[in-house]
Amino acid sequence: MSQSSNRLTSDLLHPLLNTSWRFYTLVVLLASVVAAGLISWAVQMWFGFGVTGIKWPIYWGFFITDFVFWIGISHAGTLISAILRLVNAGWRRPVTRCAEVITAFALMIGGLFPIIHLGKPWLFFWLMPYPSSRLIWPNFRSPLVWDFFAISTYLTGSLLFLFLPMIPDFAIVRDHTTGLRRKIYGLLALGWRGTTSQWHRLETAMQIMAIAIIPVAVSVHTIVSFDFSMAPTPMWHSAIFGPYFVAGAIFSGIAGLIIAMATLRKFLHLEAYLHPIHFENLGKLLLTMSLLWAYFTFNERITVWYGNGVSEINTFLVTQKGTFAPLFWLMVVVNFVIPVIILGIKRFRTITGCVIASFGVCVGMWLERFLIVVPSLGNKFLPYSWSYYRPRPTEILITTATFAAMILLYTLFAKFVPIISIWEMKAGEHPAPQLYPKTEAEHALGEVHA
Amino acid sequence: MKPLYALYSDGHAAQKAVDGLRRAGFADNEITVITGEPMEDFEFSHIGHRNPLWYVASGGGLLGLLGSTWLTTFTEKDWPINVGNMATVAWYPNLIVIFEMTMLGAILATVVTLIITGGLARRRPAFYDPEVTNGKIFVGVEKPREGSMPDVEKALLTTPGVSLKTI
Repeated sequence: MSQSSNRLTSDLLHPLLNTSWRFYTLVVLLASVVAAGLISWAVQMWFGFGVTGIKWPIYWGFFITDFVFWIGISHAGTLISAILRLVNAGWRRPVTRCAEVITAFALMIGGLFPIIHLGKPWLFFWLMPYPSSRLIWPNFRSPLVWDFFAISTYLTGSLLFLFLPMIPDFAIVRDHTTGLRRKIYGLLALGWRGTTSQWHRLETAMQIMAIAIIPVAVSVHTIVSFDFSMAPTPMWHSAIFGPYFVAGAIFSGIAGLIIAMATLRKFLHLEAYLHPIHFENLGKLLLTMSLLWAYFTFNERITVWYGNGVSEINTFLVTQKGTFAPLFWLMVVVNFVIPVIILGIKRFRTITGCVIASFGVCVGMWLERFLIVVPSLGNKFLPYSWSYYRPRPTEILITTATFAAMILLYTLFAKFVPIISIWEMKAGEHPAPQLYPKTEAEHALGEVHA
Repeated sequence: MKPLYALYSDGHAAQKAVDGLRRAGFADNEITVITGEPMEDFEFSHIGHRNPLWYVASGGGLLGLLGSTWLTTFTEKDWPINVGNMATVAWYPNLIVIFEMTMLGAILATVVTLIITGGLARRRPAFYDPEVTNGKIFVGVEKPREGSMPDVEKALLTTPGVSLKTI
């Protein structure tokens, strides 16, 4: 075993085998915030929606904003990882798992919000396609039913896409531990050995999954956008919403990935694996998405402005010059101006620069979702239904708790699973397809791939 | 006959052993090569590269497509609901559900086939040595034929300093 290979295994297994007091402190802190969020949710269930700021006509406040935001963040992982796997980009190796984990947890958190928003979460199974006791089948023409299919397919696919390449790493941990740990990781490794045929099957499976998961990822956020664009509400009923949402989702997803990678690099001492070039590449991608986001936003806005429909222009002006203007212009600054300056100038495209831009983008994209949801619902076609939305502590706490939940889940994952794929890093030392040596003799089944 | 294997520190030695076993008359499906990572720069890594996953994934996708087409159309005909004067069987929205189920079918079929044909879902690997995860390359024959042991030993011991092992 080469020295670098040895070091790689020990470096990447280090967080799993050693725990510092800082880990426990962080877990307790984050778990407290999550517990506060759960209590808020319980209070909301007990007393009803009256304890939130959600009231007629703005029934979609923070919860649906959070839903769209988290589903957007989930686009970082699987989609980016799948694309990088398909094009066989060498620099993907330390990045893919960090990214795929974001998808899995962001989807779980995002998927919770429609259930939280139901008010009676125990009835969530009404969304499932089964013949109910009331003899009413789910309506397949409802975007909410499409959400159910899209999100559950994406979640299942993403979890499997995350799990499959973890199997060989579980085998590595199994062989480096003893006692209960060995048993648990042994179970997770599913009896993995690493025969040549297992490697081929795993890599083929990953290719198929990558091909299948890319259109699913695109479809998920398109379908989330249909929740809005299928409704005759000012500034929602727009054909551009599908690609606009997908672009925004990838945009926020990359930002989330950069923040996660920088945090891991700093706290798990992964400087030897997550290099500045990884951040520079992702920074360029973030810059591209920033420009694309600006392009879509301009398209959406100019169409409404030029059309000059009474209700539409009213909603437009509320965001541009009225009550929501500070949020709108903050969104433009953090989603476009800052990323273009920081990421467009090579000197600023450092790890710190990328992280600053990414934080801005996360804030900006949350604001974008909020500005899509609330102003339109508060400024519908008839003035009698105009209203405002003021979030109450209940939904603010629940929203805050989801961010804590995301960090907590990510921390726990990095504690129990190698956050960088060990076998994929090692595989990088064996570039294909140059074979050594050429086969020496005729044999029954062996084949040479030139 | 007991299984026999040897561990090698580098790919060249493992390749020699594999070639030796082939010369001794062993077919590729009788030779077990285990590595800690895919070593595509060596010929032995291409043993057993054929697999049915692409076909199975396509079959799974087809099953998802047919199943979801049946589910949506049957449901809409069984309990017709008038939604904004849309057709009873509304293909545009149905296509969304059908697309998702097609992809889910392909994904699930792939994973199930990987588990079954890859010999996974076993608690403990049988013919295996944990040293593989420390970078060693395992080359062996799980079921040597009657009278073939000297040939196996000779093939596996082509590299100096290597010792034979058994389970």
